[in-house]
Amino acid sequence: MSKQKLGNLASALASGLVFGMGMAVSGMTNTERVQGFLDLTGQWDPTLAFVMGAGLLVTFIGYTFILKNPAPLFADTFSIPTRRDIDKALIFGAVLFGVGWGLVGYCPGPAIAGLSYGYSATLLFVPMMIIGLLLAKPLAKFL
Amino acid sequence: MHPFVYASIGGALVGVAAVMMMGLKGRIAGVSGILSGSFSETSHERLWRVLFILGVFLGGAIPPLVSSDFKPPEPDASTLLIVAGGLLVGLGTGLGSGCTSGHGICGISRLSPRSILATCTFMAAGFACVFLLRHGFGA
Repeated sequence: MSKQKLGNLASALASGLVFGMGMAVSGMTNTERVQGFLDLTGQWDPTLAFVMGAGLLVTFIGYTFILKNPAPLFADTFSIPTRRDIDKALIFGAVLFGVGWGLVGYCPGPAIAGLSYGYSATLLFVPMMIIGLLLAKPLAKFL
Repeated sequence: MHPFVYASIGGALVGVAAVMMMGLKGRIAGVSGILSGSFSETSHERLWRVLFILGVFLGGAIPPLVSSDFKPPEPDASTLLIVAGGLLVGLGTGLGSGCTSGHGICGISRLSPRSILATCTFMAAGFACVFLLRHGFGA
């Protein structure tokens, strides 16, 4: 295996590790806290605004510097989404996602990061989420 | 330590992960897209996605071993809500091309109009859902 390919794979694993630790440290794996953040008219818990704020700050500054380079360290090019059109699938999908997020308090990252805690709710949520993800492509053509 | 401090440190770690992914691999750190591709792609394109997801799983396991502060309580939802919530989160992020990480963190940091609109939309839907769940339907 080439050095670039090995570095590329190691980067994915390392980024995932840091990401997962961030999920657990931030409190995003705590569904009660997430629902508390989404409960604007109740006992609103602003904690998760700090997750979003710190995450955006670091990413925005980091991207600004990184994207000045001609290429990433272990790949030939940056693979950045280029679409700028607003379509029905984007809005409809975001609505469905938001409803599902509110119902349980899990979005995809925290659900995977929380799998090792062995809760039956998480162990059921993740396969359901994967089924939903795999259904998205065949169902998209009906939109 | 105060939850705000942990939230800020955790959020910064998510940012570091997103920056690593872009600087090292040239990719967006969007969990739903990477998870979806770990089923549909083949060979190297599948392998790096599987490794990222494995990393998220293992990374999530580490902080609770260090301090019980990081061990969340069991999600409080009925089986029906878990099934519906899981399906909706999967379907919604699949159709909408992203979730809280891909749109919310990486997309907004790129000032992508699609991601800004998607994030406002799923946040609004999340607020509305929890409102109905906790304060509507005679709750």
